[in-house]
Amino acid sequence: MNVLTGIYLPEAGRIKIWGEPVQLRSPKDAIERGIGMVHQEFKLVQTHTVTENIVLGLGSGLARVGEEEARDKVAELSERYGLAVDPAAYIWQLSIGEQQRVEILKSLYRGARILLLDEPTAVLTPQEAEDLFTTLRSMREQGHSIVFISHKLDEVMAISDRVTVLRGGKNVGTLMVRDTNPQALSNLMVGREIKFETFPKPEKRGAAVLEVKGVSALNDRGLPGLTGLSFEVAAGEILGFAGVAGNGQEELAQVITGLRGVTAGSLIVDGRDMTHAKAREFILNGVSYVPADRHGVAVVGDMSLTNNSVLRRYREKKFARGPFLDFSVAADYAKRLIEEYNILTPSPETAVRSLSGGNLQKAILAREMTTRHKLLVVMSATRGLDVGATEFVRQTLNEHRHEGAAIVLISEDLEELRSLSDRIAVLFHGEIMGIVDAATAEIESLGLMMAGAKQAEVTG
Amino acid sequence: MAIRLERRLERSRQLEYLVPVLSVLLSLVVCAFLLLANGNNPLVAYGAMMKEAFGTSYGFAEVLVKATPLILCGLGVMLAFKMLFWNIGAEGQLHMGAWGATAVVMTGWEGSGWLMIPAMMIAGMACGALWALIPAYLKVKLNCNEIITTLLLNYVAILWVAHFIYGPWKDPVSFGFPMTKLFPEGAQLMRFGDSRVHLGFVFALIIALILYLLQEKSRWGFEVAVTGGNPKAAEYAGMSTGRNILLVMIISGGLAGLAGMVEISGIQLKLLKDISPHAAPYGYTAIIIAWLARRNPWGVLLVSILMGGLYVGGETVQITMKLPVNIVLIIQALILFFVLGGDILARYRVVFSRPREALGGG
Repeated sequence: MNVLTGIYLPEAGRIKIWGEPVQLRSPKDAIERGIGMVHQEFKLVQTHTVTENIVLGLGSGLARVGEEEARDKVAELSERYGLAVDPAAYIWQLSIGEQQRVEILKSLYRGARILLLDEPTAVLTPQEAEDLFTTLRSMREQGHSIVFISHKLDEVMAISDRVTVLRGGKNVGTLMVRDTNPQALSNLMVGREIKFETFPKPEKRGAAVLEVKGVSALNDRGLPGLTGLSFEVAAGEILGFAGVAGNGQEELAQVITGLRGVTAGSLIVDGRDMTHAKAREFILNGVSYVPADRHGVAVVGDMSLTNNSVLRRYREKKFARGPFLDFSVAADYAKRLIEEYNILTPSPETAVRSLSGGNLQKAILAREMTTRHKLLVVMSATRGLDVGATEFVRQTLNEHRHEGAAIVLISEDLEELRSLSDRIAVLFHGEIMGIVDAATAEIESLGLMMAGAKQAEVTG
Repeated sequence: MAIRLERRLERSRQLEYLVPVLSVLLSLVVCAFLLLANGNNPLVAYGAMMKEAFGTSYGFAEVLVKATPLILCGLGVMLAFKMLFWNIGAEGQLHMGAWGATAVVMTGWEGSGWLMIPAMMIAGMACGALWALIPAYLKVKLNCNEIITTLLLNYVAILWVAHFIYGPWKDPVSFGFPMTKLFPEGAQLMRFGDSRVHLGFVFALIIALILYLLQEKSRWGFEVAVTGGNPKAAEYAGMSTGRNILLVMIISGGLAGLAGMVEISGIQLKLLKDISPHAAPYGYTAIIIAWLARRNPWGVLLVSILMGGLYVGGETVQITMKLPVNIVLIIQALILFFVLGGDILARYRVVFSRPREALGGG
């Protein structure tokens, strides 16, 4: 993808577009040749507005397009493709899901003839994904080419004409979709059979570890982000949170890890009132947290894996020598994590910035999982990971559940939620629409709740 | 042939250390052309500077004298920069430190002999720290840009000192010169032998060691580095950014304040205008030092001594070759310019790509 968009130069081989050999030296070259890219890690300027980000680098800029005009066009595009986002909002105010919509809009705004999409549906509702698919199909009818990169086999099967399976940077097979099936693709992807099935759940749950009563909180824009949430998570239980990105997931994760203050209600962790406790106290009280934004929040990119492995544990006696940090103990610990979690890195002293997405996530999970925790908050844990890594993460979460951890699993992947969770809560506009038993939950009723229907309306 | 920058996957370690060295050399080369244009032989000038600064024992002692406030300010600025808190205000904090130390002397209190110097040190550090706390507090509470607040407070501090030496503290027998009376002996720092090197240099060495342990080895230093590396990760790790900004600036300002104290108590022996050289003030040179030293305490020590050599050499060529003292400022500015430019090379690599036709087969 980076080669096709001119970010990296190919070392060998050639690229032809519409039959003409080209050399793409920069993203600008790629855009000029009609290649639009929706990256998985967003390339947005946090302090600029949605509109500014969309016209950024177009050459014309705001000066010639006119902000009003650009804003109107963005609004029109977002209307047409059902990509709801406020053109005047700043990127830092947006959730991951909304940011991705901006990325999609950016390519559409440029009228790309060839659209590359990297996991575009990860943050969309089934309905929105379907809308996107409709858009993509109509683009295809009009002669556009679309490269759709996804780990979700059902999506690939639904949208594609042809499918190419990449493993370790090599093409392991290109097939016509009508001639293949998900099982065959899955086998090609991992080189072995992978089963997607429901994980066995413990017979009975332990005592409540996290008790949330009537909690409200503000979002980054100072507007109500969460309203009157109440739920409990018991030891040995996974409570899944479903919902379209931007419906309070980020705020929820931050509230129950002490990173965001609450405006009403109470929070009890392991019997202790932590309503107004700071993040540090949550860590000390055994709350682990795997955030959705890996590069932005979970690690310090320029620091070594060793330093990052103690990022939330450097206060512990184990890593201390008086007021000093014992870097040799930390290095040994990092080596252990690398081994146990099979993290691919040249050395523990390598800056984590250079790790691949999957290995970075493994490193973050390794750190949070190895910490002795009572409550584990996990957000979008498998987003963008390959099938093998995804399976590994799910297995690990399941093991921790069986060892008695209470887990809050926030995800946009309904299949993941259904296979791992004991119960699934659905968030909509910062409120819980209902909490249902994962074993009996129907995708359709979850979808309705994600669109704002209360549980009573769905079942009643 | 097209030249473009390509991002490196990992920062180049070698370049990280090569850039400062090359920057110094390049700045000397560029400055050589300026000297040539003025009809001077740059080799003769540089030779004279080197010989004076590092070739004679008197000259080297003077280098250490100049290096003393530079090390103290440089260490303070280094710690703030480690956290990406842009303290441009070492100059003002140095002036407030000098003022605070003088205030102790001006009370007329004789102390019990040895108590005078510690009292002046504490007052100097406290005033520097308080001065640094103003922008720190404004940053934490109101998110004011510290580059602007620290910079502007420098002028306030310099005028504050000026007010006292032109007014209430002016020595009545100074023939109109804006300065206080000579400090009593109890308020003067001990000097070594017959050189002007004073106890302040020893303080600077000890503090460099302390800052090395604090910044590179301690858990709090880890917090500072994490906050500088990614503030959101610091928050995620339960670190209190606001508290750490205040602490860092207390130390940063305190060290600059101590620099002011040792400069007047060890060298000037009175409070006067221009406690810091007018052409290249210590507090601003400290910024270049911290950056050139890669925010490393031992680097600060080394670079401060080199910079001290530049001061001494610059004074020499001013006297012997009638060159303007601003040559020091020009070299300093060029060094910073090249370091900042060179840092790009540590993160990006220059790619000379062949013309389009040449590529393609393969």
